[in-house]
Order: sequence, then structure tokens, then C-alpha cells
Amino acid sequence: MAEITLVEAVTQALAWEMAADDRVLVLGEDVGVNGGVFRATNGLQERFGSERVIDTPLAEGLIAGMAVGLAAQGLRPVAEIQFMGFIYSVLDQILSHASRLRTRTRGRLTCPMVLRAPFGGGIHAPEHHSESTEALFAHIPGLRVVIPSSPGRAYGLLLAAMRDPDPVIFLEPKRIYRLVKEEVPDNGEALPLDVCYTLREGSDVTLVSWGAMVKETLEAADTLAEQGISAEVIDVATIKPLDTITILESVARTGRCVIVHEAARTCGVGAEIAAVLAGEGLLHLMAPVQRVTGYDTVMPLFRLENHYMPSVQRVVRAAQQTLEFE
Amino acid sequence: MQSVAQFTINYWQYLNSGAQVVEELPDFAHTSAELVAMYRAMWLTRLFDHKAIALQRTGQLGTYASPLGQEAIGVGIGYAMRSEDVLIPAYRDQAGQFVRGVRLADILLYWGGDERGMDYAKARQDFPISVPVASQCCHAVGIAYAIRLRREPRVAVCCVGDGGTSKGDFYESLNAAGVWQLPLVFVINNNQWAISVPRSRQSTAQTLAQKAIAAGIHGEQVDGNDVIAMRARVEAAIERALQGEGTVIEAMSYRMSDHTTADDASRYRSQEELEKHAACDPIARLNTWLCEAGYWSDAQEEVLQQELTEQVDQAVKEYLAEAPQQPASMFDYLYETLPTAYRAQREELANAHSETKGDADNG
Repeated sequence: MAEITLVEAVTQALAWEMAADDRVLVLGEDVGVNGGVFRATNGLQERFGSERVIDTPLAEGLIAGMAVGLAAQGLRPVAEIQFMGFIYSVLDQILSHASRLRTRTRGRLTCPMVLRAPFGGGIHAPEHHSESTEALFAHIPGLRVVIPSSPGRAYGLLLAAMRDPDPVIFLEPKRIYRLVKEEVPDNGEALPLDVCYTLREGSDVTLVSWGAMVKETLEAADTLAEQGISAEVIDVATIKPLDTITILESVARTGRCVIVHEAARTCGVGAEIAAVLAGEGLLHLMAPVQRVTGYDTVMPLFRLENHYMPSVQRVVRAAQQTLEFE
Repeated sequence: MQSVAQFTINYWQYLNSGAQVVEELPDFAHTSAELVAMYRAMWLTRLFDHKAIALQRTGQLGTYASPLGQEAIGVGIGYAMRSEDVLIPAYRDQAGQFVRGVRLADILLYWGGDERGMDYAKARQDFPISVPVASQCCHAVGIAYAIRLRREPRVAVCCVGDGGTSKGDFYESLNAAGVWQLPLVFVINNNQWAISVPRSRQSTAQTLAQKAIAAGIHGEQVDGNDVIAMRARVEAAIERALQGEGTVIEAMSYRMSDHTTADDASRYRSQEELEKHAACDPIARLNTWLCEAGYWSDAQEEVLQQELTEQVDQAVKEYLAEAPQQPASMFDYLYETLPTAYRAQREELANAHSETKGDADNG
């Protein structure tokens, strides 16, 4: 079996589901002939036709709003927003409609749509192409917000998202789109949503992360292991709804927690996790919860980007601090 | 230099404001039955509206948006559409919703603060009222796309106000309707006011209908207070939509009410203007013509008023008799299955409610 990248796993999941379910449509800017600017929809239009793989006019609000209409008609739209930096005009449709159509109509109309967008920094992209604003969506009731951190999870979670009866925001960490390859059987098997994935077991400290930062977090765990510190690594994967059970259970064993995310610190998803630990896991904590995050600044242009992004060293240092605390 | 594009916007009217026939009448207007039915539907909406405002003024309904003076637009739309078509309404389209079978009590429930007022028993695919202005235009594109994809012989009809035509969602949707040749009809309810901002401050374009031209679809103006014109032109637009060309109908009307019951239009518009437009009332116009044609009498009018009043009163009874939903129901339609993460919150609310109830019972 060939090894594939995360972005290829996205394509593989889309192709599988389009072949299996003719209600599935892909729409967005440049997703058709061009196969997407990151090639996430490569070859799909050739295979499934231009009616199901739709090059839309350049209008993000339309893309999201149209997906609401398609979904209400019983189709399964998978809409792509080319970069998260262009997603903000979509918030109205997501907040005012997609997330609440089921509630508003008491289940008469539903919105089984997926909104995909590449996000995050670290690839020296132009302005507006590097932010991580997943918390904006995590705050909206009625949504699921899913972020894969490996090719296998991209495949399995995207399949699950497309089969979910409710709207899913599927954010793809573009820094790791092509960073690693792994074997991903193209068997149509979805992975569960709404649960964290424990990637590495450990007993001294719990490192919690998602998306591209999972890479730095795992590397930090390696470094800590060399120092004799056993770190557990949790990939949150679905940041909304949050699987607090897995996180609390882990921290109950380790007594320490470091949360790592690329997004700005204030009101980031890390704040929610820290609040859950304070509220429900306080008696297990042997040290204050640490957050290693982007700063509360405007995302810098790429000359300063590396200073903004959480580094392995920062994660290691934060973990050490939890162990040094008395 | 050469001219590369020209366009014309036609204005359609069958009965002018003096109730004189100015265009050869469409087939449906050749017999009394259809006209009387439409007349009845306009009056139903108006009597409903009077009652809704009375309910609001007496604290029995929340803020409410009145369609006073614009009943012909919705009734024309409702009668032109087939049951299999899909209506995507704004918030002043009660008339069309009623014709399509939405219960009067449902509209009261909605403005009375109860989501069940959006769970229509008929017109199951119709969208509920959209409050965020023009955002519904994008939904209509998706619905029309789904219809076209399945090669179904039906259309989507989307309503928007004159204020909504200033929004990006409106332009984006018209444009998409053109690009994909969607079976889609947009009806602009041009009631001349977007809360306090007059039509002249929304756009200096001569007509709002001509915005269709830039999107490559058909655009026309219709006298929105002439129910015959509204029905005839929406029917023509549906026919065109079935052939793959979208239409924008700019229905010319006037908002005789405040924006909503929370508004006071006397702050920004004159009594004279209101009186001028009162003379163009759509119901009075059709009444005059029906009477002149010998289709209608005072005796019939008396019976009609009595029947419709009873119908509205019955709806109010149903609305007022509807017990509130259980508080925890706010969780029950959030997702198909409530995720584990929120079950404790649902429990918390359910318990808080039963404790309150218990206290009240004990008290």
C-alpha cells in the first residue's frame, strides 16, 4: 500500500464518499478543473463531473449559504473555503443558519454540511493566510469542529464528518499537509468524532494539542522522555464538542497538564480545557495548568512567524515547569 | 467608441391604482373564482395582521413585522407557486406563507417566541423566515441547485426587501443564479423603506430590478399592489425558471406599517406620504374591480369578513392554548443526537426547572 500525505488523505476520503453516496457534492473556489489550490480535490471533477464538483464564483458567503440550501434539500455538500483567512464572511451563514436550522425548525430541516478550510501558520504564506481562529467556531452552539493531525485521522475523520447529520467545520492544518506520509487503507472506514485520540501514553504530564502543533507536542514528549519525564500526548481532534472525559482521566493519572495550540491565547480552546480542569479536575492537579500558545498579537507576517509559533522548546519548558512546581 | 450593452426594464400592471384594466388580463383573471380566492387571502393576511398587532400591544406577542399594504405580493407569489416549489421567505411574507399552507398559529408562535412556529405541517421544504437580511438568498441558490441537479420540474422562490438588495448576499446569489442557470425567482418586496432609510438612500440605480441585468438574468418591475400582476408575473418567472433562466421581480409597494412593532415610523416619514400611498391599497383596488365586474357584493363581503375573523380568532386561540415547550427542549434539536459533552448541561437545566416547578407547587 502506498503511503500518502494528509492532503492526499483528504482527497481519498472525498473520492471514497462521492463514489459511495451520490448525495455528496464538493463546491468551492478552484476546486474543479484546478483540483484546489492545495490539490485537495485533485481529479474529483474528472471523475464525478462538474455538476458534483462545482467551481463556484468567488464568493465565500455564497458558498456557505448555498451549502445550507443544498443540505436542507437532502444533499451532502462539502464546501471548501480556500484559506481560513477568507472564512470570516462565512460566519454569518454558519452562526445564523447552518448551526441552528435544525433547532429553528424543530428538526424539519437539517444541515448535514461540511465546511473545509486549510488553516494555520508556518509555511511563509502571505498576509491573511496563517491565522488559527478555530475558537471562533468552537464557540458556536450546534456545530462540530474537527481538526485532523495525521493522514490517517484526516481520512477517517473527514469520512465521519461527511456522514454526520449536522454541520461540521473541518479545519486542515496546512503546515502538515505534506509533511509526513503514512499508509492509509482506502476502505471507507470512518473514525469516531467527539473523542480525543491518545497518541502516546505517559504518567508524569499530559500534553494536549491538536492540528499541526501535535507534531511539536510529540517531539516535546520525545525530548522529555530523554530527560526521564514520561509525557502522555492527547490529540483533541474534535475541539467541539470537547471530549473532556479523556482529558480529565489522563490528568487524574498524571496530575499535570500542558495545553499547546497555535491560536492566540485569550479565549482560545486551551482556555476552555483549562477551565474544565479547574472545575472538574482540580483535586488531581499537582501544578498549575500551562498553556503554550500563539501570542495575543496580530499574526505576524512571515519574517517573525517562527517567533509566534509555539516551539518544541516552549512545550518542553512548560512541561518541566509543571514538574518543578511545589 | 461603441455601445456594448443596452437594457430595458419593463413595468407590469394589469389593474391600475384606479382599478382600471390597463393590460389584457391573464387567463386566471377571466373568472371570479380565482380572483375571489386571492381577495380572500389578502383579507386573511390583513385581519391576521391587525390581530397580531393587537396581541403585541397587549403583551401577548413579541416584536412583530407587519406586511400591511403589501398583501398582494405574498398572495401573488403564493398563488403562482406550485406546492412542489420551495419558498424562501424574508420576514414580511406571511401572505405567501399562508397561501402555501403555513398555519396562522405558526406565525404567531414564531413571533410569540416559540421555535415550533417554524415547524410547518405543510410546505415542509419551505425555509422559515429569515431575519438576517438577504442571507436567505444564498440558501435559495443551494435549493435551486439541488433541484436542477436532480432534474426536477420545480423552482425556488426567494423573497427579499429593498434594503436587502444592498447586501453582498443578494448580489452573490443573483450572480450564481445566472452562472448556473438555476430555476430561481427572486422577488424584491420594494416597500420603499428599510426601517428608516428610504429607497433613494439604498441605491441610485433607477430600478432595483436592473440589478438582475448585471447578473445576466431577467429583471422586471411589477406593481406590487396589483395582485393580478403579481401572480401573472411570478407565474411567468416560474415558467422562465423551469427553462433555466432566473428572474428578479421588483414588486413596487409601500410599507404602510412601522418596520416592526418596536419601531415608530413617524420619526422619519410624513403623514402625507402615508396617505398618498394609502390610496393605492391592494385590497381596495381588487374590491373595486370585483364589484364593478359584478363578481362581488356587500353581502358577500359581510360573510367573508365574518368567516375570516372567525378563522383568525380560532388561530389566536390555538396559539394562546399552546403550552410552552419544556426548557430542556432547547437541547433536543441542537444535534440529531446530543453529544455526551452537553448531556450534563441538559440535566442541569432540566433539574433547575423541576426545582423551580417544585418550589412553585409548594408555594
